[in-house]
Amino acid sequence: MRRILLASGLIGLLFGISNVHAAGPAGHIEDISFSYEGPFGTFEPEQLQRGLVVYQEVCAACHGLKYVPFRTLGDTGGLDLSEAAVKTFARNFEIYDEELEDFRSALPTDNFPANDSVGAPDLSLITKARSGFHGPEGTGLAQLFKGIGGPEYVYSLLTGYTGKEKEESGNLLYENTAFSGGYINMAPPLVDDLIEFADGTPSTVEGMAEDVTAFLVWAAEPKMMARKQMGFVSVSLLILLSVLLYLTNKKIWAPIKHRTRTED
Amino acid sequence: MSGIPHDHYEPKTSIEKWLHRRLPVVSIVYDTLMIPTPKNLNWMWIWGIVLTFCLVHQIVTGIVLAMHYTPHVDLAFASVEHIMRNVNSGWALRYLHQNGASLFFLAAYFHIFRSIYYGSYKAPREITWIIGIFIFLAMMGTAFMGYVLPWGQMSFWAATVISGLFGAIPGIGESIQTWLLGGPAVDNATLNRFFSLHYLLPFVIAGLVVVHIWAFHTTGNNNPSGVEVRRTSKEEAKKDTVPFWPYFVIKDFFALAVILVVFFAIVGFMPNYLGHPDNYIEANPLVTPEHIVPEWYFLPFYAILRAFTSDVWVVQLVSFVTGGIIDAKFFGVMAMFGSIMVLVLLPWLDTSIIRSGKYRPMFKWWFMLLVIDFIVLTWAGSRPAEGIYSIIALAGSTYWFMFFIVVLPLLGILESPSRRPVSIEEDFNQHYPEMDAETPETESAKE
Repeated sequence: MRRILLASGLIGLLFGISNVHAAGPAGHIEDISFSYEGPFGTFEPEQLQRGLVVYQEVCAACHGLKYVPFRTLGDTGGLDLSEAAVKTFARNFEIYDEELEDFRSALPTDNFPANDSVGAPDLSLITKARSGFHGPEGTGLAQLFKGIGGPEYVYSLLTGYTGKEKEESGNLLYENTAFSGGYINMAPPLVDDLIEFADGTPSTVEGMAEDVTAFLVWAAEPKMMARKQMGFVSVSLLILLSVLLYLTNKKIWAPIKHRTRTED
Repeated sequence: MSGIPHDHYEPKTSIEKWLHRRLPVVSIVYDTLMIPTPKNLNWMWIWGIVLTFCLVHQIVTGIVLAMHYTPHVDLAFASVEHIMRNVNSGWALRYLHQNGASLFFLAAYFHIFRSIYYGSYKAPREITWIIGIFIFLAMMGTAFMGYVLPWGQMSFWAATVISGLFGAIPGIGESIQTWLLGGPAVDNATLNRFFSLHYLLPFVIAGLVVVHIWAFHTTGNNNPSGVEVRRTSKEEAKKDTVPFWPYFVIKDFFALAVILVVFFAIVGFMPNYLGHPDNYIEANPLVTPEHIVPEWYFLPFYAILRAFTSDVWVVQLVSFVTGGIIDAKFFGVMAMFGSIMVLVLLPWLDTSIIRSGKYRPMFKWWFMLLVIDFIVLTWAGSRPAEGIYSIIALAGSTYWFMFFIVVLPLLGILESPSRRPVSIEEDFNQHYPEMDAETPETESAKE
């Protein structure tokens, strides 16, 4: 994974002790190199589009995505779907219309439907609501260099099934190396060749997990590209301003600091 | 304004004279900007401007955020997502505001520790210092209530834990807690009043900041040498000072720009680094997070709160003496508030006649230990309160109080200070000695 090294030295100094919150006893988290990482990383529209298909065909059965409006699927810097494609895609979903007091097929102006049919968490913010990397000893340094690791956690969870199962008070639990506690309620959602991608990408568990994770990162942070651009522009301008102010400061102080010996 | 003698504003044109006779606003601005400032101020004196920037920045971004935010338990979390996704540049406002709080506290801590090292709280600047502590308390209240507004898991549980502190007060605690929350538990009434107060308090802080500045503009700035500006005549004062504008305004702005480079890098490239993932899960009163941790800037005080458990002999003693009225929980609450309130007494706990720590050979080391202690407490506050962490937190908390109550009063008696400069001018000239006639020519040729 590429690191956000920009200014990390300074940040490290300033925030040496920082976000240090311990989360649960984390399992094994794979460090994946995603295209959007680092100050200049961008989303790959094709990958997000594949991830959308995985979400639609697999995750959506149990999970909602209630904060994400369909229209944002057309946003540049994200999936970049055409207006027509967004319209067609939205029609795949049924949403409850309070005015009609009935279900109807979704429009681009609607959000993805919520889904708590089996009590599974909504996925709109899942990659920001989980963390994968911690420590050492609560100093937050791992997260400074590797990132917070929410996406890596999601990926590791999707690929972390060992195949072992156990029954606990009537529930079937599945062993998962990423999940805290080791056993999870969710059955392994991905198997090889589950989906036929339009672009001919072979559907492996790892590939699909990576794609759907990238899609969920976009879903949680759809403005990431705009944010990094703002970061880049403001940091550049502020560096320029700093240089100018440094020179100004030097100049106005020069007569005060460097005096000639006078009559006193 | 009294204090250091300097040139005052003289209205020249007839319009200026007309206005000046009715409202001396130009005069106030002029005197504030042109105030004689010790010319030996070092880089630790830049935090005031950074803090002023933070206050304005938080108010401006906050007011716009409030236009789009809904303080209701069913809608608050969704309205924050609405800001992040649908409001034009809402994500920028929100991340700036969220990380702005961290910059605010970081700057406040530097500012406070600078004051302690250079004795800025000592006579005649006690009022400036005490108002500063009140500003810090108001900041803590504002930040805490602001953290509750997104109505995430950590918001909800932080509110529950912190309001529970008031519940620890013997006898009347529960009634106070209910009164503060507007009900028996954290709920819609709590969210509404926190929103209202989160909007109000920054303006209270702004008012206090005006008084804070007024106070030290009356006494004049402290400076690294701790020696007062000579004020027998304007000429003498001029040897020790330069006007705030442009010398320190430009210097402070330069420092601010450098700090903002880092700040905007964080906002642009890692805006959630200082936050907690659990706060992206909507509040759920039925699910308690595994570890409830405050934001980093509250961690030292959180460590002190948790350090005094019922197996500490002081706690047992106090509990025994008071017949159990003060139990471990209430003791912890008192320790936490006490750790800040002890700062109010600082001007009178410090018995040394020397102002600046630069000339106090023993104080220097104890002070350095206090800074390390603060960092260790920050770290300890983030760890679970068990095993070695509890011991470290207890040791850290003990030193925090020891420094103020035992070390400082004794140091004034035991310590023999090193030689101080007679004037600010002398201190300044040590750093920038006068040069022979030719040198400055080559200096300026370089520019």
